Amino acid sequence: MSTAALTVPAWRVHRRRRVADAVMAVLLTAATAIAVGLLVVILGYVLVKGIPALNLAFFTERPKPFGVEGGGVGPAIVGTLIVSALAGLIAIPIGIAAAIFVTELRPGRWGAVVRFAAELIAGLPSIAVGVFVWSFLVRGLLGRYSALAGAVALAVIMIPIVARTTEEVLRLVPGSLREAALALGAPRWRVVLRVVLPTARAGVATAAVLAVARAAGETAPLLLTALGNLFFSTDLLRPIAALPLQIYQYAASPYDDWHAKAWGGSLILVAVIAAVSLALRAFAPRSAR
Amino acid sequence: MTVTVARPAMTTAPEAMTPQAPAAEPAIRTERLNAWYGATHAVGDVTFEIAGRSVTAIIGPSGCGKSTLLRCLNRMHEITPGARVDGQVFLGNEDIYWQGVDAVEVRGRVGMVFQRPNPFPMMSVYENVAAGPRLRGWHRSRADMDEMVERNLRRAALWDEVKDKLRRSGAALSGGQQQRLCIARALATDPAILLMDEPASALDPIATYKIEELVRELADELTIVIVTHNMQQASRVSARTAFMLAGEDGVGRLVEYGKTDELFTTPRDERTEAYITGRFG
Repeated sequence: MSTAALTVPAWRVHRRRRVADAVMAVLLTAATAIAVGLLVVILGYVLVKGIPALNLAFFTERPKPFGVEGGGVGPAIVGTLIVSALAGLIAIPIGIAAAIFVTELRPGRWGAVVRFAAELIAGLPSIAVGVFVWSFLVRGLLGRYSALAGAVALAVIMIPIVARTTEEVLRLVPGSLREAALALGAPRWRVVLRVVLPTARAGVATAAVLAVARAAGETAPLLLTALGNLFFSTDLLRPIAALPLQIYQYAASPYDDWHAKAWGGSLILVAVIAAVSLALRAFAPRSAR
Repeated sequence: MTVTVARPAMTTAPEAMTPQAPAAEPAIRTERLNAWYGATHAVGDVTFEIAGRSVTAIIGPSGCGKSTLLRCLNRMHEITPGARVDGQVFLGNEDIYWQGVDAVEVRGRVGMVFQRPNPFPMMSVYENVAAGPRLRGWHRSRADMDEMVERNLRRAALWDEVKDKLRRSGAALSGGQQQRLCIARALATDPAILLMDEPASALDPIATYKIEELVRELADELTIVIVTHNMQQASRVSARTAFMLAGEDGVGRLVEYGKTDELFTTPRDERTEAYITGRFG
């Protein structure tokens, strides 16, 4: 092989390298263009299709009965806010605690076990999470479809996201600060609460908000838990509407008006998640991105 | 192997290991102290005594175990995963490695200043000095805390430079100021002993000079152990000097220990002489 290559004149070897280089550059550029182009097309399509559906009633009114035009997705917006916030309340403390356990308390084997468990949960199909919460809460403990069950299902999705992102930002806190605090005679838990977490607070906040934004768009976990609701509801133990559920229902309907509303709902979800991500990029310190 | 150990006045019976109130003149005594990082034996059989209210320097080339030895004196060595200590370290009459002794409590009595200035970046100058008492859960009135912060910034010769920027971030100070802030922070918990791990090696000559000045002044009130790779610094600030060297086996041992002026002028061990005359290290 190598002897064969040596018999080829040097200029031909060089030319072959230049050609290979050019081909690879074209392929990579094309792949990048497809990825970025896809994003632009999706965003553009959602924008074009969604904007006509937006009006005041769309945000404030509840859905009209089958076949009747007008109305809006007000209950779904309220529902998504409630369920996501409740899920965040459950998931953020647990996720942060898991990250502290992994980085500060048991960085060794137990930390690896917890990290692996978080990866497994993150890899679960979200419908499986929905089925689990359905059998555990909806069929079991609570006995009914409810906002609470939906929040628990979303929390299961959020916990590994919060834990892994928080773990990364906690690792960015210099060890010298932990040493300084320990050398002052501080017990380990105070070092974590008063030095490590405050130093990483911007990153931890980013982790929490991103996880909530990510989970707010999930549909599958809510299908079997929150169920959906055509009316405004704030009762945590009753079924509640949510934007992804409303989109799912409208998109699957035979009515053009509802199709338009599905696009409108998608636009709201995409816009909120994009706005949160951009805001975090703008305000979070470089280290936390 | 010639281990020459100067023994100051204090000699304590080895059986007196039950925790007791620290003696009026706290000092440190180690007994066959060994330290490992995993399987790496970093410090071997160090037995020496450190006199109270004076400056003791530990010198030696890189990798001789001098920082590790220092970190054994306030139980900071063991926070490194896989690190292990064997032997005894007496503060007064108390062996800090005796079972049941709380490492956190030991660190409260033995302060530490690190090689790189490490003020807490999210805290102000004021909060950095107040950090020790707060991290240990001491509750103090506002006025007491103000007084404590000012007193310790004065002890660290930093008050005049920062009194108008107490609310600014500690990270906004110059490197030398940051290091003196770290000294003030360490002093604020009223340690009897202050360990300094190459405190000036990241600083410029003027900042270094200020730190050295400060070290000499502080020795009136407390016991200081300073690790340095700078022999001039050791001779400028310390009353006694310990010279450490890693042997062929990589284990850092105490080669010679004595009065600083004697060690630098008439070393008894040829390896000490070789080091201080610059033939290696």
